[in-house]
Amino acid sequence: MKRYVIRRLLLAIPLLLAISFVCFVFINIIPSNPAEVALRVQQMPVITEEAIAEMEVMLGLNKPFIVRYFDWVLGCLHGDFGINYVNPARTVAGELARCLPATLQLAAVSFVIVLVLSVPIGFLCAVYKDGWFDKIMRAIIFISTAMPAYWVGLLLMWGISVKLDLLPTNGSGTWQHLILPSFTVALSYISTYIRLIRNNMLENMNQDYVLYANVRGLPQKSIMVKHILKNSMHTCIVAMGMSIPQMIAGTIVVENVFSWPGLGTLCISSIFNRDLPVIQTYVLLIGVLFVVFNLVFDVLQTVSDPRLRKED
Amino acid sequence: MIPVLELHDLCVTLRQHRRAIELVKGVSFSVHAGECLGVLGESGSGKSMSIKAAMGLLNKSFLVSGSARFQGEELLGKSAEELRRLRGGKVGIVLQNPMTCFDPLYRIGQQISETFLAHNSWSADEIRNRSLALLEKMQIRNPEEVLEKYPHQLSGGMLQRIMIGIATSMEPALLVADEPTTAIDAITQFEILDELIRIKRDANTAMIFISHDLDAISRVADRIVVLNQGQVVDQGDFDHILHHASDPYTKLLVEKRADVMRRYCQVLQGKERNYA
Ligand SMILES: Nc1ncnc2c1ncn2[C@@H]1O[C@H](COP(=O)(O)OP(=O)(O)O)[C@@H](O)[C@H]1O
Ligand SMILES: [Mg+2]
Repeated sequence: MKRYVIRRLLLAIPLLLAISFVCFVFINIIPSNPAEVALRVQQMPVITEEAIAEMEVMLGLNKPFIVRYFDWVLGCLHGDFGINYVNPARTVAGELARCLPATLQLAAVSFVIVLVLSVPIGFLCAVYKDGWFDKIMRAIIFISTAMPAYWVGLLLMWGISVKLDLLPTNGSGTWQHLILPSFTVALSYISTYIRLIRNNMLENMNQDYVLYANVRGLPQKSIMVKHILKNSMHTCIVAMGMSIPQMIAGTIVVENVFSWPGLGTLCISSIFNRDLPVIQTYVLLIGVLFVVFNLVFDVLQTVSDPRLRKED
Repeated sequence: MIPVLELHDLCVTLRQHRRAIELVKGVSFSVHAGECLGVLGESGSGKSMSIKAAMGLLNKSFLVSGSARFQGEELLGKSAEELRRLRGGKVGIVLQNPMTCFDPLYRIGQQISETFLAHNSWSADEIRNRSLALLEKMQIRNPEEVLEKYPHQLSGGMLQRIMIGIATSMEPALLVADEPTTAIDAITQFEILDELIRIKRDANTAMIFISHDLDAISRVADRIVVLNQGQVVDQGDFDHILHHASDPYTKLLVEKRADVMRRYCQVLQGKERNYA
């Protein structure tokens, strides 16, 4: 097991390098000079050629492309992710650290909402298959999968905040601010997982072990929860775990709709400001999250499945 | 004497996409205490379906009609809870695929004890003692260790034996063995059959032995009914089935077996000639 984990981590290194390089290339294709944008954002009254050249030297933009990339990678290895182009007094690490908690909070609440709603609903849909509950839920799932997150977010904002005046439209600070954005993030995952759990359970119901549980005269409740639900959840562990980094990455759009002061908002404004190191580091961070969560939940599944676990 | 299980004109219809498919078309047979009834028929002939229908193991898409009486009591129309108490208690059932019948996520001991708890309110100690006794009775070595094992760590024969142990542990009046020897190797088959013969002799249990294998049935069954396409086409003792069968399908089954035996002998003789 230990060797497996180490091998997976080593394999992740070239993957992360590749991701960051591709990202670096794409950002540099954008046809505008980051030094010029930085000067404009700093509200320099007259932007002269000399000022731009001076800024380029300061940000290291005068060096060739490849050199800049390797400078950045070497910096990362020392824990130095570069400085903010727009506001050179700030480091990238500091910026990300400032915005990370808000995004983690949003993602965590969304994940809890997803679990709390999709497991019982998926369970009930499978138990009462083709009943009225299942039919209604299937219709809702069908509609909600067809709606993009930002549109649902705007819809909720308009309905609940503007028309009914129940919750704040945007910003952060109180738990009321959390409800709409986290629900918006959760929505598409809820429908995915209801479907996943429902179908997994239905598949499990046709298995021999369920027939045999009935043959032994176990109570229905115990068969449904202890056996079928447990087996179904088991096959969902990795998919569920992977939704955590997906949510962290996927908050970009929703954060901007609700002006949530997290990584997503930071990333969008950095893209507008051509703030290359921030974008670079953000992509690297998300990559690391995916690798780590994938590994953690793979290990979790292995440990929790007696067929995969090595017993001494 | 009233039979332990008596099926009378049992029909099972599957409703699917507004179509009705008749899977079992009026099956009647009965089995008495201390007797072993063999149910013979090729796969798909409705052997399992008849038993599942009688024991309430089919879901709502199957329509069951006719009559199934257990110790004189009508089973069809009984509540799900009454049928549940019967299964695993008064009626023990052994299934075909021991490797897939246990829940892979629970230890054998847990699965035995949950069965006990579904029918009794025994203490943890009593459950443990009875679990060990069950395994010992089935001649399983190191019962303590086996209780801690997961299903995938045990062989098919071992799991089949545990299944028989569970089915007989609550002293059932009826034991149904649905192709208990089909999924396991020949030597284990032999032992499993011995086990069933011993149970029949020791406890005065009524037994239904389902199989498509004439040889296996001939070893345990006192009486045989032959099923074909959801209908009983013949019944009688082994001698009757073998020599005086009136039904063409039964004759075919017997002839096929005779054919196989003849070829088997030829091959053996050929081999002997080669060695000589
Ligand atoms: N769940 C099911 N849905 C539809 N048809 C089934 C189902 N189970 C069994 N059948 C059909 O019922 C018939 C009898 O099956 P079964 O009683 O299992 O046969 P066997 O004699 O091999 O035990 C077969 O034709 C089979 O195709
Ligand atoms: Mg069968």
